[in-house]
Order: sequence, then C-alpha cells, then structure tokens
Amino acid sequence: MFGISFIAPVLQLIILGYAATFDVSHIPTVVCDFDNSPSSRQLIRSFTCTEYFRVVGYFDKTSAIDNQLDDGHASIAIVIPRGFEKKIGAGASAPLQIIADGTETSTAGIGLSYATIIVSQFSQNILLESLVKQGVVTLPARVSAEFRVWYNPELKSRNFMVPGVLGLLLMVMTMLLTSLAIVKEKELGTLEQLVVTPIKPYQLIIGKLAPFFMIGVVDVLLVVFFASLVFNLPVKGGVPLLVALSLIFLMTTLGLGLFISTISRTQQQAMMTAIFFFMLPMMFFAGFVFPIENMPTIIQYVSYLIPLRYYFIIVRGLFLKGVGIQILWPHALALLLFGSTILSMSVMRFQKKLG
Amino acid sequence: MRYIFSLNILPIVRKEFRQIKRDKRILSVLLFIPALMLFMFGYALNFDVKHTSMAVYDEDRSSVSRDFIEKFFVSEYFTKIQTLESKSEINNLLDGEKVRVVLVVPSTFSKEIKRGNATSVQVIVDGANSNAAATVLGYINTIVQQYSVRVITESFVRMGRQNMSMPIDFQPRVWYNPELESAKFLVPGLIAFILMVTAVISTALAIVRERELGTMEQLMVSPIRPLELILGKTIPYTIISLIATVTILFLGYILFDVSIKGSVVLLALVTFVFLIGSLGMGILISTLVETQQLAFMIAVFVSMLLTFILSGFVFPIRNMPVIIQAITYALPARYFLVALRAVILKGAGLSAFWDQALILVLYAFIMIGVSSLRMRKILT
Repeated sequence: MFGISFIAPVLQLIILGYAATFDVSHIPTVVCDFDNSPSSRQLIRSFTCTEYFRVVGYFDKTSAIDNQLDDGHASIAIVIPRGFEKKIGAGASAPLQIIADGTETSTAGIGLSYATIIVSQFSQNILLESLVKQGVVTLPARVSAEFRVWYNPELKSRNFMVPGVLGLLLMVMTMLLTSLAIVKEKELGTLEQLVVTPIKPYQLIIGKLAPFFMIGVVDVLLVVFFASLVFNLPVKGGVPLLVALSLIFLMTTLGLGLFISTISRTQQQAMMTAIFFFMLPMMFFAGFVFPIENMPTIIQYVSYLIPLRYYFIIVRGLFLKGVGIQILWPHALALLLFGSTILSMSVMRFQKKLG
Repeated sequence: MRYIFSLNILPIVRKEFRQIKRDKRILSVLLFIPALMLFMFGYALNFDVKHTSMAVYDEDRSSVSRDFIEKFFVSEYFTKIQTLESKSEINNLLDGEKVRVVLVVPSTFSKEIKRGNATSVQVIVDGANSNAAATVLGYINTIVQQYSVRVITESFVRMGRQNMSMPIDFQPRVWYNPELESAKFLVPGLIAFILMVTAVISTALAIVRERELGTMEQLMVSPIRPLELILGKTIPYTIISLIATVTILFLGYILFDVSIKGSVVLLALVTFVFLIGSLGMGILISTLVETQQLAFMIAVFVSMLLTFILSGFVFPIRNMPVIIQAITYALPARYFLVALRAVILKGAGLSAFWDQALILVLYAFIMIGVSSLRMRKILT
C-alpha cells in the first residue's frame, strides 16, 4: 500500500516530467545540395547554426531521401536544385524544396514553421544585400516582431506537463484506491460486519475516506517537493493555497471513488470502471495533454462537467503564473460545487446500499 | 508440437470465453473503449492550434496599422477577443487566461514605414502550453514576415525599382500526411496503445483470477501442459484484440481517411507478433504476483502509462532526455509503432523496419518462454 501510494506517484512524476515533452529541437535533417555553391552552403548553414535542425546526412540522389524519410531516419529533407546561386544573382526566383515527414504532426508543423522563418529571413537578407551592392543608401522599410513569452520563457513543455501530472496522479491515486479499498471489504464480507456494529453510517464513511484524504495531501506535497527539486519548478502561487484547493478537488475524486464502489461487485470491476470509464475520458477531455480550445464546441461544453478541468487550470495557474485566489476563485467555486454534490450523492447511495 | 493442437486447449478457450461473456464489463472495455478512444483522438484531441485568442493594443491607430492587424484575423488561426485601451489591461487578460496572445503595435508604426525605416511590433505570448505557444510564435512570425516582404516591395516601387522578386521560391511539401492532420499521426499509435493495454490487462487478470479463486489447483491436477494453458487462456483475448484492431482501422478509414497505404498482410503479421509478445507479458506479470490488485496495478502502470508516454504514441521519443530514451528501448510498443506508421502511413515495406520487426519477434519468444517456465513452476 505504501509503495503504491507514495513511490508510484513520485516515479510517475519523474518519468512523465522528463519524457512528456513536445519541445522540438535537433530535428534530423538530410540535405541534397545539387548546386554546391557558396550561396547554397550559406543557406544550409543558416539551418544548422540554429539548434532546431541537425543535419544527419548529405546525399546526391533524391531517391536516397525517400529511404531516409520512410525509415524515419530523418524528418526533414532540404533539396537545393542546380542553378540556385545563378538564379539569385540574376534577380530571379530560385526554387527551394523542403520536405517534411508528416506522420509526426507536431514535429513537422513546428519544423516547417522554423524553416519558413529561416528561409524568409535568408531571402530578406539577400534582397537587402543586393540593394546595398547596387549602391542604394536608404534601405526599404521592413517589419519584425519582438516576442516576450510569459510564465514559461524557455518554452519548456515540462513546465506545462508537471502540474497536469499532479492532477492526474491525485485523481488516480485517490479515486482508484478508495474504490478498491471499499470493494475489497465488500468482497471479503467485512463490510456487512461493520454495518451491524453500533457505528453510525456517516462515521463509517468518514473513517473510510479520511485516510485517502491524507494520502492525497501527502501526494501533493511529495509532487511539489520533487517538482521544485528535480525540475526546478516551484509553486509560484504558494503551497498553502495549492493544498487547500487540492483538498476541495479531493472531495470530487473520493466521492467518485465511493460511487464506483457502489456499482462494482468485485475489485476487478472497480478497477476497470474507474480506469476506463472515468479516468481515461476525464484525463483526455479535461485538457491534460490536448488543449480544450481545439476540441469541437460540444465537447468543450462537456468538459465543463469534468472537475479535473478546473483543477488543471488551478494547478497550472499556481505553478506557472503565480496567480492568487482573486483569479482562481471561479474554478475553485466550481470544484466546491462539484465536490459537495458528488460526495453527498455518493454518500446517500452508499447508505442506501448498506441499509 | 502436435501437443499444441491437442484437445486440451479447446476447453480452456471455451471456459475463458464463457467467463468473459459473464462479466459484461470486460467485454465492453475491450470493444467499446477502443472505439471511444478513436473517436476522441480523431475529433477532439489534436495538436492543431487554431482560433487562438488574441488581444490587440494599437497605439498607432492609423489605416496602416489597422491593415496590418487585420492580416492576423483573415485566417482561422487567431480570433480577436478584445481591442485594448491601455497596457495595464494586459496583465489581467493573460493571468486570467482570457487571451493567449497580445499584439502591441507601437505609435510610430506607420510613420517609420512611410519614412522607410525598420520597425517592430511587440508580441506577448502565454507560454504555459509551450507546444501551442511555439506553434503560435511560428504563425505570427510568418504573418509578420509576409507583411514585411510586402512593405519592402512597396518601398522598392516607391524608390523606382520595380522588378524585384523574392529571391527564394520556397516550396514546402509534407509527405504521408499533407494536411498535417493529427488523426493520421495518432491513429497508428492508438492501435498500439489499445492492443498493448487490452492484451496485458486481460491476460494478467485471467491467470490471477484463477489463483485467487483457487481453481489453479484444479488445473494442476489436470493433464494440461503449461504451454497449453497459456495458449488456451490467451487465444480468446487475441481474438478480441484483433477484432478491436480491425474495428479501429475500419473506423479510422471511414471517419478520418486513414487508409493502409502498405501491405495489409504485413500489417497483420506484425500485429500478430506484437500481440503474442504483449499477451506473454501479461501472463508473466500474473505469474509473478500473488494478489489481483497488485497484478492489475503493475499491469496498468506498465502498459498504460509507460506505453502512452514513452512509446512515441504522443510524445516524440527523439526529444526526450537520453536516459529516458534508453528506457523506451525496453518497450515493445515503441518498435511496433515504428512498424505501424511505416506500413499504414508511409506504405513502406519490411525493409524500412526489419530491425524493429526482428526485435518484436525476439520479444514474443522471450515473453512466452519465460512465462511458460514460470507457469511450469506454479503448476508443479
């Protein structure tokens, strides 16, 4: 029990935190330079000097590119046709082909947009250089963008994932363990024994749920500790607020765990139900990995019914943005409403099943 | 070898089917959940970044700046949520997640362009979701660059130089998935994920259930051999998993146009090998643990979480730290995914992934072999 409640979350946190990354860099690239001129080499350099592309091979046959992309050895191929430099020198347009492996959509999308930026910058520089060469003193107007990235300046996807992992872990641990513990007693028959004792139903429920509340809090603290230690991700919004709001979230998960225990006869059923019918859909539709904004509108409305959605916003806000309760109160309120509703309904159903 | 086709297997298979039918929940999990996940991944869950909410603060308020700003909202990539009156509103908007991007056009924008100078706009991006943020940065850069090119060309015209064309005719091309639909990327991964999960969990439970119910002793006194028991128990789940795979492929074709570009026979072969290995792993887990709860926890942890995160299903392996990449080499799903993508999306032949296929075959042998040994120890 100890191992599962405490070691597993930390392990999952560390693995997930390190592995769950969308950061795209060092994209393996192959080059087919048929021109072999200073200009073409300069273009290639403008790709390699960034950390986004890593050239893994130079080829002189386009058929070789087919193999490289098929195998997955490279995700991007740059093909510079012969006559590249000549065309540029003559003031004409020189074609440049860049092929992306579209099976890894995020890599391809981001890779192509980096490539577009590099190529347009290169293009613009050529234009300006030729103007200077022609003796033009006043350069034309041009526009650029200065970017400032808030909350996550290095754009590390880990910073986005780790708070999400906390929500996920909390839900898994508390909901699953609660339902399993209660159903186990049902299976063993000890639950009926408890019912015939003079203990009151609400005392029974509190007694059953309290340990998992505590486990939940300890898990939160563990995650916070390891997140700041291993991933350099402190809770900007303050740990007390995080614990308080987590307790409200725990109301929903424990309530659901209780509910699952009333609809399952065996532990196996409880596990299947909890994981496949609750956790899996909740995990996906609450915005763990995939942003809710990209979902069809109907599903976005459905996500408002999932408590985990609000917890994700709260956790990310506290970890990354350092916002306070003034900003988070609508989500906290939603959690409170859900929590009390789910918990009371599950308790009523549990009592009915017992008596 | 003739033993494998002996009659000892059939009663086991039949009994397992009967037990599956009795517990409707397992059946629904094995068949309904894959369909649900396919639906989820195809329609709801994707990485496409569209309709990003943007707020605009236009300090210039000229026709030039308005024209520039409109460029962002022509396509469906950005949605204008608000036009700001002052800079102080920016904090609240970003903190409260009302917008993800703020565009600030300086007051000197149109003046500098008319004078022929370089000017810049300020863009503030909510970096919390770094993947979306990086994509958004790329979009914005592209739009700004295109506008810059137009400005330059107009400057040329004003300076009397007309025939300047863009030096580079950039022709990007996307192979295998030209529209960059996330569904095409996710469907093969989904197959691997579902197969792995159902194979491992179902077999783990099947064996452990016998041990807990005590029916293991009955099996021990029957003339059945360990290998026969394993095969008998796994065949029903193999069939169900294969049905699930076919269902996913069928739905993927109908709903998301994911057709199998390569050889279906090759796909079936690789899937079969992977299934054997995963089923073997499920059995191995069940022979190692005593209680059902523990078996399930381990099976779930190993198959679901690790497969989801580390197999390359959602997160590209290449970008993970080297240590984690080393761990992924131990996951059969990783190799299966390479093979799946090659056959389904790229239409490649065995030559593109023979090394992955070999590892899968090895894995299947090892898993079945070791679990047979363990099973023998348990039965005797």
